Amino acid sequence: MRFVDEFRDPALADRLFSEIARVAERIGRTRARPVTVMEVCGGHTHTIFRYALDARLPGNVEFAHGPGCPVCVLPMGRIDDAIAIARRPEVIFTTFGDAMRVPGAKGTLLQARAAGADVRMVYSPLDALALARANPDRQVVFFALGFETTAPSTALTVLRAAAEGVGNFSIMCQHITIIPTLRALLSQDDFAVDGFIGPGHVSMVIGTRPYDFIATDFHRPLVVAGFEPLDILQALLMVLRQVAAGEARIENQYARVVPEGGNPAAMAAIDRVYETRPTCEWRGLGSIAGSGLGLRPAWRAFDAEQRFAVTPHHVADPGACRCGDVLTGRIRPPQCPAFGASCTPDCPSGALMVSSEGACAAYYQYQGLKGAA
Amino acid sequence: MCLGIPGQVMAILDEDATMAEVEISGVRRAVDVLCVAETGRPLSSLVGAWVLVHVGFAMSRIEEDEARETLRLLAEIGELDGELAIMRASDPDRASPEPTRA
Repeated sequence: MRFVDEFRDPALADRLFSEIARVAERIGRTRARPVTVMEVCGGHTHTIFRYALDARLPGNVEFAHGPGCPVCVLPMGRIDDAIAIARRPEVIFTTFGDAMRVPGAKGTLLQARAAGADVRMVYSPLDALALARANPDRQVVFFALGFETTAPSTALTVLRAAAEGVGNFSIMCQHITIIPTLRALLSQDDFAVDGFIGPGHVSMVIGTRPYDFIATDFHRPLVVAGFEPLDILQALLMVLRQVAAGEARIENQYARVVPEGGNPAAMAAIDRVYETRPTCEWRGLGSIAGSGLGLRPAWRAFDAEQRFAVTPHHVADPGACRCGDVLTGRIRPPQCPAFGASCTPDCPSGALMVSSEGACAAYYQYQGLKGAA
Repeated sequence: MCLGIPGQVMAILDEDATMAEVEISGVRRAVDVLCVAETGRPLSSLVGAWVLVHVGFAMSRIEEDEARETLRLLAEIGELDGELAIMRASDPDRASPEPTRA
């Protein structure tokens, strides 16, 4: 087994795989259909494929790859909105690199840059704010993306801009939240997921209590996990043990980073700067009530869409792509007709093929490795 | 953008603005440490501590062993070099232009 050699502790990995097999065998005696465990976070998806963890799972245990990759769920219409702002001559449009290649109906931000728009990759919203300070005659816009992991950093940057009176800085706010989306998935009649591996770094901010409804209202277990392969295997085992015992609890495998109450300073920043949007569109999943964050009225002066009079608009997802079915666990990436044909990492049509944390890109990149495992 | 990168707090740059110099795998940059500041204690109590840095903000304090394992993992899955490159390229205020050792 070539991959386990790369594990921090191969012997421990072997023991976890054996124990997973033992519990899975016990579950298999009580039901015919396989146990499906959804890893919510795109970082976990990447690790699962990178280490071919699924290749050593028992036949009746499978991963479904969830919606926790913010770049992957960026709707095409929002990319078009971003490009419309970026093309204005006075604008320096700043974004995390991951969003550069996401296709909208009118191309990508990378293509907009090639056509003359001033689009710049930044590591941090603080770098966008510094660009605004250094270029007082330009308008600097930051494309604010991500879940609760990055929402506090944008919020704190807006507060910093307000305190310093940096008037030529604004954000295009596309922050999203995972809890309403998990609830929407669980409310679908044919959602065949038996338990969850919960996101580590979102939970570092929000803590573990917001997941309680998954156990109490939907009777599914969730285990918050770290990003080491061994973390994911251990969390999977914890989920399977609950499934075998007919239990549904929220557990925390990543307590070394995730406190039960999350990060109070980060949550306070989120609460101070954002309000919940009535609805938010997700690529592949459609509109989900209460799943997006927008700036509160007090901070609207920093809202790029208001500043440049951009109205969010909707563009239908590309027809051949079945990103939504992959995100909800109904199909695996190679079952999509576009996968590897009209949709590849070099020329993605669906967003799951764009980011290295997207299920399709990870599957495409590592399926050869998996086959050799 | 979603994965935190471990770094070590080297110095406090601006107590009021909660900015610290953090060394991340040999790259030093200014990082906002508000979210890991301890109530009632000066930021200088963070010097030497390891933190998980997300897009320029320290979001969690971690143990040194955990930090080193996470750095190893990020390098192995190919996520570290790209992040460090963009961090170097896009930090207009960075504390030192060249990678330095602690």
